[in-house]
Amino acid sequence: MSRTLSAPVTVAFDYTRSTGPVLGRFLTGLRDGVVVAGRTSDGQVVVPPPEYDPVTHQALEDFVEVSPVGTVTSWTWVPEPVKHQPFDRPFAYVLVTFDGATKPFLHALDVSSPDEVSTGMRVRVRWAEERVGAITDIACLEPLPAGEEAAPVVAPSGAVDPVTGIVVPVSLDYTYAASPEESAFYRGLEQGRIVGQRCPTCNKVYIPPRAACPSDGTPTAEEVELSHTGTVTTFCIVNVPFLGQRITPPYVSAYILLDGADIAVLHLILDCPADEVRMGMRVKAVWKPEDEWGTTIENISHFAPTGEPDADFETYKQHL
Amino acid sequence: MSKQPAAVIGVGQTHHRAQRKDVSMAGLCREAIDRALLDADMTLDDIDAIVVGKAPDLFEGVMMPELFLAEALGAAGKPLLRVHTAGSVGGSTAIVASSLVQAGVHKRVLTVAYEKQSESNAMWALSVPVPFNMPVHAGAGGYFAPHVRSYIRRSEAPTHVGAIVAAKDRTNALKNPYAHLREEKTVEQVLASQMLWDPIRYDETCPSSDGACALVIVDEDTARSSANPAWIHGTVMRSEATTAAERDQVNPQASRDAAAALWKQAGITSPIDEIDAAEIYVPFSWFEPMWLESLGFAEEYAGWRLTESGATAMDGRIPVNCSGGVMSSNPIGASGMLRFGEAALQVRGAAGEHQVDGARRALGHAYGGGSQFFAMWVVGSEKPSN
Repeated sequence: MSRTLSAPVTVAFDYTRSTGPVLGRFLTGLRDGVVVAGRTSDGQVVVPPPEYDPVTHQALEDFVEVSPVGTVTSWTWVPEPVKHQPFDRPFAYVLVTFDGATKPFLHALDVSSPDEVSTGMRVRVRWAEERVGAITDIACLEPLPAGEEAAPVVAPSGAVDPVTGIVVPVSLDYTYAASPEESAFYRGLEQGRIVGQRCPTCNKVYIPPRAACPSDGTPTAEEVELSHTGTVTTFCIVNVPFLGQRITPPYVSAYILLDGADIAVLHLILDCPADEVRMGMRVKAVWKPEDEWGTTIENISHFAPTGEPDADFETYKQHL
Repeated sequence: MSKQPAAVIGVGQTHHRAQRKDVSMAGLCREAIDRALLDADMTLDDIDAIVVGKAPDLFEGVMMPELFLAEALGAAGKPLLRVHTAGSVGGSTAIVASSLVQAGVHKRVLTVAYEKQSESNAMWALSVPVPFNMPVHAGAGGYFAPHVRSYIRRSEAPTHVGAIVAAKDRTNALKNPYAHLREEKTVEQVLASQMLWDPIRYDETCPSSDGACALVIVDEDTARSSANPAWIHGTVMRSEATTAAERDQVNPQASRDAAAALWKQAGITSPIDEIDAAEIYVPFSWFEPMWLESLGFAEEYAGWRLTESGATAMDGRIPVNCSGGVMSSNPIGASGMLRFGEAALQVRGAAGEHQVDGARRALGHAYGGGSQFFAMWVVGSEKPSN
């Protein structure tokens, strides 16, 4: 058995981007089937246009259309493409200087072997079948067929509205690893036990236990079996729904100081109306059915009032 | 060796809005930068180094945005630093920039902080479930609401004090043309608004804003060219653990330590008597009385009395957040720098309609994370004697 527990986490969101006038102009061009460059004060013609002039720092306003045909100035071969790259088969990344531009542009070149790529070769844009005003409107670059110098004709989109924003889905897959100390705590939960650890330096009992005590940096060590009963120190009633929320509001998110612990844990209070939850209220863990247990604090479905008299303020005020 | 004198001679900010779809991230920053440079009568060519700050990258989903922003910020060929201390970052960024001048490393430093909250969803970004843990987190409001409840219990404050702050700050914002929320609010209206994270109401929370702030911080020689420099009298940053057994989340040790060090540096013995205007990071209205105590403007548990008495209003003994504060504009990464910049505007006599008459010394304050990062400065109209 591994010393530590780990679990996958995916963080995913469809971010939006306001393009601003310069990048908006470039993306509008792509949607309409033209490559728009920016002319900078030092006479360079750059694709995509930079938002601000590199010399004068002024907002760039001088736009020129350049040819979708150009010359490869450098390249690299991608023998084993990974997820989210332009192709799922081997391809080349190339720097291409479009005719009329002075600075190179990076994109994928669709060829089947490195023998088909060379510096100085002529390539052209292969437009995406459906163009929406995004960099992916250029599906890729492709070798310019022999004898052809003219730009491939594309149908104008007919749209006149400038592109002002794009959507950028981002999805990151992580492996979350718990520390050895936390892992022991979660394994205890799998057996229906709540096991904290005492810091050997400051003697505080931590739940979850810590690989480094926040006060003195020492790993917590000595196991301390904790009561399943505790005191609500403070709480909030969450009435607001939000993206990614796992519990339907309204719910009470409370700091619960288990008897024997020196730090409160955040958990859910149920089995009583939210407006009856109070500071000092005595609560007990309500466990899910045993066959649903895993190595998680979610084995405890929630905490519920015990019916005991409230704890005296003096007993928990140092935890507020 | 003592620090070299440093002063703020340029302050710029954007018109903060829920969505600034007319500009890119670079454009947002440049709007603030160009205004700060104009104020300082400088161009980007005059700048030696650039220090940029913003809150977590997950907010816009751009890892290390300083890489792609470098050219737009005028940083090509110059030192570019990025600072990150969660919500306090705007303050920390200004302090890092000022320290480059105070250390004699650079003479003219530009600093900018921003957030474009409309590109994502901060509530989501702050509540991503962590494996094995209970998914009860509910954004910043969900994090701070229990601690606000703790303050109310410990101080025995009447429950309408949070509404007094909210109504004051929102009404102050009417005098600030850059503020995001510009709406007159009464205490009754605030109290009638929906309870979001009980005990925090809708009108007691900050908005979600797109915005940026920039400052030009210069050495003594350069400051001579300015008619009204804001001299830096003290800067302090302190940090502590997010969670620790018996950690005081209402009045954190790092906050108290930072304030004590700040007043000492600035030669201030009675903050309430010697500070003429304070820009304090108050994202949820109750944090005004909480920070008033932690900063030493009031005794412990007496902060709410100061607020209730009207002392923190524009015409009060210690005007707090005359700009409308975070309660009226919250581009998170920039919010701390806005506090620092607004403090500078006050002592320069350049705060416009929300100017406190004759302000000579002002506080800029920011905090971040789970009340674990603190950044503060005192600026003054006179060059510091120490």
